[in-house]
Amino acid sequence: MEWFAHPENTKPLGLLIFFITFCLIVLWVYGSRKRGEKLEEHKHIPFLDDDDEMKDKSNG
Amino acid sequence: MSAASMEANEQYNYDIIKKFAVMAVFWAVIGMFVGVYIASELAWPFLNFDSPYISFGRFRPVHTGGVIFGFGGSALFATSYYVVQRTCQTKLFAPGLATFTFWGWQAIIVLAALSYVTGYSQGREYAEMEWPIDLLILFVWVAYMIVYIGTLMLRKQPHIYVANWFYLSFILATALLHTFNNIAVPVDLFTLKSYSLFSGAQDAMTQWWYGHNAVGFFLTAAFLGMMYYFVPKHAGRPVYSYRLSIVHFWALSFMYMWVGTHHLHWTALPDWASTLGATFSIMLLLPSWGGMINGIMTLSGAWDKLRTDPIMRFMIVALSFYGMSTFEGPLMSLKDVNALSHYTDWTVGHVHSGALGWVAMISFGSLYHMIPRLWNTPMYSVKLINAHFWLATIGVLLYITAMWISGISQGLMWRAFDDFGNLQYSFVESVAAMHPFYAMRAIGGMFYLTGMCLMAYNVYMTIRQAAQATETAGAPAAATA
Repeated sequence: MEWFAHPENTKPLGLLIFFITFCLIVLWVYGSRKRGEKLEEHKHIPFLDDDDEMKDKSNG
Repeated sequence: MSAASMEANEQYNYDIIKKFAVMAVFWAVIGMFVGVYIASELAWPFLNFDSPYISFGRFRPVHTGGVIFGFGGSALFATSYYVVQRTCQTKLFAPGLATFTFWGWQAIIVLAALSYVTGYSQGREYAEMEWPIDLLILFVWVAYMIVYIGTLMLRKQPHIYVANWFYLSFILATALLHTFNNIAVPVDLFTLKSYSLFSGAQDAMTQWWYGHNAVGFFLTAAFLGMMYYFVPKHAGRPVYSYRLSIVHFWALSFMYMWVGTHHLHWTALPDWASTLGATFSIMLLLPSWGGMINGIMTLSGAWDKLRTDPIMRFMIVALSFYGMSTFEGPLMSLKDVNALSHYTDWTVGHVHSGALGWVAMISFGSLYHMIPRLWNTPMYSVKLINAHFWLATIGVLLYITAMWISGISQGLMWRAFDDFGNLQYSFVESVAAMHPFYAMRAIGGMFYLTGMCLMAYNVYMTIRQAAQATETAGAPAAATA
């Protein structure tokens, strides 16, 4: 436990943990084509309530 | 009112969003007016009128507080309550608490402005409010967090859309930043003054950890949340890459917290700390540009919308300014560039290219998209939106060009030496050389403010038009009854 009390140990450890976590997130996002397709489906969420939308004349 | 929109009004709590949207426009006019006034004071100092109440030192936090927390904050409350309800397909959690966030937030802006003009300030950048106002912010922010997280928990949609991730990170990070930056001991229970827990270089570092992350999470992450909902929604096309938006989010979250020390290059701060800040600033360029490209590419295949739709123009120009200021920021964080740019007007220009170009323009686009839907009527005048767009664009370009020239000239004049090794220019000579650019900046601000006044008029007329339509629709029904 003494080891954790020294910032010169815990700072690089923190850096390693955050860096590895970030790499794992990138791997998770881009690592599988099937998962990628599933993730991309979520981009349609803002359009799921389009039925009750009013169209305004400034909308292109 | 059509049956469909009646259903939308019943399905979602629009009342609180309307209030915040109106106040966002109101504070934008007030905050920008004070901004133009203080810019004019610098160009034409007689405008101080020898009154301490309207002097630059007291009015400057009224301007920054009015535009960042009044306009930006109200726009974020409005859009976040709108986006979270519509993407979760559920009504707002704890509407009473949401109403408290509205009145509490407005009280904070008014109290802060009054305290500044009467001479009360903590002297901390973007956190000038004295301790009682800081406590009120804390209560309002916790209420906001409860309403937002509660709504997410009530969602009917299993996935939480990425815009909500950005809003949530803004809410969490702001809570953290506000708390630690404002830890202070009041001099007395019945006085507004207090002493900061930190001192010296530590205090400077805490302030800029807060200051830059206020930019990172309040003025960037939150407005990216706005962008990830309103750009696809208004373009009528889903975001270019959802996976890129996930990486954008996590990269910003991991990196932003480290960059604050780049504001303290060449100071008493340890060299490694400011080098670390510069390194993370350079790395931030990647996610920032990834996000910008993701936003702009959403319009891929529908570029013609830019010709006909001024709202879309606001959004795309906002993204372009986001890209430009996130390139300029890392550039200015380099120690050698910073040696020239720091303490000069270049920094002021950089901040305004982000604030006027990115933050305000994406807010204008989002408000113009949202307001017709909230009041169930088209915008009163598309021509006025178009005029607003051009006035804002010309205004911001005049502003940042003036500050680039002025800032770089200042930096060069301050470091110039003559043949004998003496400073070539006195400070007052550099001030005199800046005068034309201060006038140009004030004129740029006037353009921007005029555009904002057009928006306020347009919004007022739209709301009036909606009220008249409701009265007209109600009259035959009453006659029939």
